[in-house]
Amino acid sequence: MLKRAKRRYLALEIDSQEPVSSQQFMDALWKQVTKLYGEYGASRTGLVLIDYEEGKRFAIVRVALQTLDVVRTALASITTIDSKPAAILVITVSGTIKSLCKKIEK
Amino acid sequence: MKKIYVDLHLCPDLRNPVQTSNMVGKASRLGFRLIAVPLQPNTPEREIEQLRTACKDNRLDLATRLDLRPRTPEELVNNLRRFRRKFEIIAVMCDSKKVARQAAKDRRVDLLNFPSIDFHYRHFDLAEAELASSALASVEIDMKPLLTLEGSARTRLLSSLRRETATAQGFHVPVVLSSGISNELLMRKPQELAALSYLFDLDKTVALDAVSKNPMAIVKRNREKLDPRYVVPGIRVVRRGKDC
Repeated sequence: MLKRAKRRYLALEIDSQEPVSSQQFMDALWKQVTKLYGEYGASRTGLVLIDYEEGKRFAIVRVALQTLDVVRTALASITTIDSKPAAILVITVSGTIKSLCKKIEK
Repeated sequence: MKKIYVDLHLCPDLRNPVQTSNMVGKASRLGFRLIAVPLQPNTPEREIEQLRTACKDNRLDLATRLDLRPRTPEELVNNLRRFRRKFEIIAVMCDSKKVARQAAKDRRVDLLNFPSIDFHYRHFDLAEAELASSALASVEIDMKPLLTLEGSARTRLLSSLRRETATAQGFHVPVVLSSGISNELLMRKPQELAALSYLFDLDKTVALDAVSKNPMAIVKRNREKLDPRYVVPGIRVVRRGKDC
């Protein structure tokens, strides 16, 4: 029987002086994952942007549980987004969007 | 028990009070509870006081740290004799093999740091690890080069770090992960510093200990030793007087 794919949701804060669009953010993240783990590694992450609020510099992404560490490493090693200095901080990680929102509200 | 996260190598420019205050504030927001800032023996008292105030305002504990970069083992021993009791943490930047060996076997050294990114000048091998394991030194890994380097330079550095951390674990030498950062935007949460160590195959529990338990143990041990009531490990003066 096919095993259910487990996922994790990450709430992220984008720390940058300049405004960053969702496209620029995801491009930077994919670029970093590919740079560190190659195309094969990146393909296993199942990375999807769930929510992005440019004004609040806040994002939610979904990743496969197996590759959570891979994505956390890539997020931590991002230093520029679209050639502008930036950093991405993981606010919290959760198994469902509902519990993620609860954790953020806390 | 909740972990206390420690960054033993935060490098703000102490001559710039605004940047220092911003970096200390950010360290607190990121979840650190104790930071160590490298000072010089001749750092003006005014700058140290500003740093202490910034830490106090942000409810951060500050440990004083001295980075020694001796050229010879004799110079290292002299510096240790002069400064050991003046700073809470002593780190040795090991640029040569002789200095690295002397630092590893000297019980007054807390941290062995290998700043070079060229593997020819990184001297943490089996012999070094064995010496360090019988002394009190820990290996410090700065995360700054992992964030600033790219391409083949980072690949080679990761390869060296993978070998060194495996050697350290083999000889039970504690590993300490520090930021080594002087730029506010490069500061990361302690959990993210631990996540970065996934790049050189450090186990998650070991990595989290390397930003909490191991550095905290060094600070605790040294504070106890610097306490005037300290005699030897396990013995301290409780009371002085004629009736004792």
